[in-house]
Amino acid sequence: MTTDAYSNHPALALRDVACNFGDYKAIAPSSIVVADGEFVSIVGPTGCGKSTLLNIAAGLLAPSGGTVHVYGDPLNGLNQKAGYLFQAESLMPWRTALSNVTIGLEYRGVPKAEALRQGNEWLERVGLSGHGHKYPYQLSGGMRKRTALAQTLILNPKILLMDEPFSALDIQTRQMMENELLELWNSDKKSVIFITHDLEEAISLSDRVIVLSAGPETHPIGDFKIDLPRPRDVAEIRMTQRFLELHKIIWHTMRDEVLKAYSKMRTQ
Amino acid sequence: MLLALLSIWHFLVQFKILPPFFFGEPLKIILQIWIWFSTGVIYEHLAITLLETLIAFFGGLALGLVTGLWLGLNNTASLLLDPYIKALNAMPRVILGPIFVVWFGLGIWSKVMLGLTLVFCVVFFNVFQGVREVNSNILSSARMLGANRRQLLQSVYFPSATSWLFSSLHTAIGMAFVGAVIGEYLGSARGIGYLILQAEAVFDVNTVFAGIIVLTLFALALDSIVTLVEKRLMVWRPAAS
Repeated sequence: MTTDAYSNHPALALRDVACNFGDYKAIAPSSIVVADGEFVSIVGPTGCGKSTLLNIAAGLLAPSGGTVHVYGDPLNGLNQKAGYLFQAESLMPWRTALSNVTIGLEYRGVPKAEALRQGNEWLERVGLSGHGHKYPYQLSGGMRKRTALAQTLILNPKILLMDEPFSALDIQTRQMMENELLELWNSDKKSVIFITHDLEEAISLSDRVIVLSAGPETHPIGDFKIDLPRPRDVAEIRMTQRFLELHKIIWHTMRDEVLKAYSKMRTQ
Repeated sequence: MLLALLSIWHFLVQFKILPPFFFGEPLKIILQIWIWFSTGVIYEHLAITLLETLIAFFGGLALGLVTGLWLGLNNTASLLLDPYIKALNAMPRVILGPIFVVWFGLGIWSKVMLGLTLVFCVVFFNVFQGVREVNSNILSSARMLGANRRQLLQSVYFPSATSWLFSSLHTAIGMAFVGAVIGEYLGSARGIGYLILQAEAVFDVNTVFAGIIVLTLFALALDSIVTLVEKRLMVWRPAAS
């Protein structure tokens, strides 16, 4: 595909995508479009099906209805243009950090020496040089996340799908990771879908924030353009006037849904 | 503490508080072991028992690994075979001993088959579980990184299953050993079990005890080798405190 073709079509187009598990209508027909090079966050109350949508975009799950297009082509099976960053542990515990990072290259048949060279390069980029020989159990949570990030980015995917990747980290590590992510993203504008329940995180990172309703029959109820200037520092941007305005507007839309979700949980 | 126990034992038997006919005399037992080793009589029997144990162990391991992987990955096959697997697991497999003697004769093969069956059951169930319980995040992650079916097997299923396997290795070697000795006990011409059997036939309780002690030391030696191998191969596991 030529670069023209890339910029003509949206990176990801979910049109009227629905997802049912038996009788349970998890996701009502929803449309979400991510342009090439855009950083989009999807926020919503807990349990509304954000991860389900992401899995559909990844091709890990087939939708019960609607279509998914990746750069204009219909998606059939796994989304090979996308990298996926999981919320929970996804590193292989029986491989060292370096070995985990290079595994995608191994799968593609890249010769060992070259794979190791790239692996070490990426470890350095995520700030883990010198730790390549360690096993996941010897690394802290933040270090494991950085390894997973390197593992995904080394394959240079055009699209990045991230499922609450930093939610398990403490606040300081989280902000550090968010800044690192923005830096890495800045050097090569990938199209990103970033799932989070943290509205502040969403606003500080993204170009657009999409708000989902509470489940079941989740669907987008808001799509907000974030016109904050880049480059941003996630800790500092939160203090600006415009950030607070945006937060107020978006939270207004989210608030009712969050309360709905909580009352559902209590009555269950 | 061992010396204390041995002394008490010796004392009780020496003064006929415990009948030596039933309980043996520690000095005579140690003497018997000494005779065995110094005349070299024991080596032939040790070698045979060791051979049976090792063949049973590696054979059962290989079979258990392959079957466990196959059934773990193949849903239809495992559903079909599930009731039979449950039955096999429920049955006390040592019962098969005499049948194996009939089928395979008094040579080493009946002992090997018994040990192999015991090892197989332990390994199979561990590998089967290991495959079934592979972390789904790791699987999805590997698929997203571009692994095809063969690569998934090699890089995810196999290491995950073998980690379960290694945790059952101590039991497996124990089972191989038990199979070999019990097999010999049921009928044999050589081996440590045979020596014990012979001694029992003439009510030589000291030799029986001597045989049991040699067996125990042997089992400990095997177990420590397994621990060594385990430490080397399971280097990625956090040490259980």
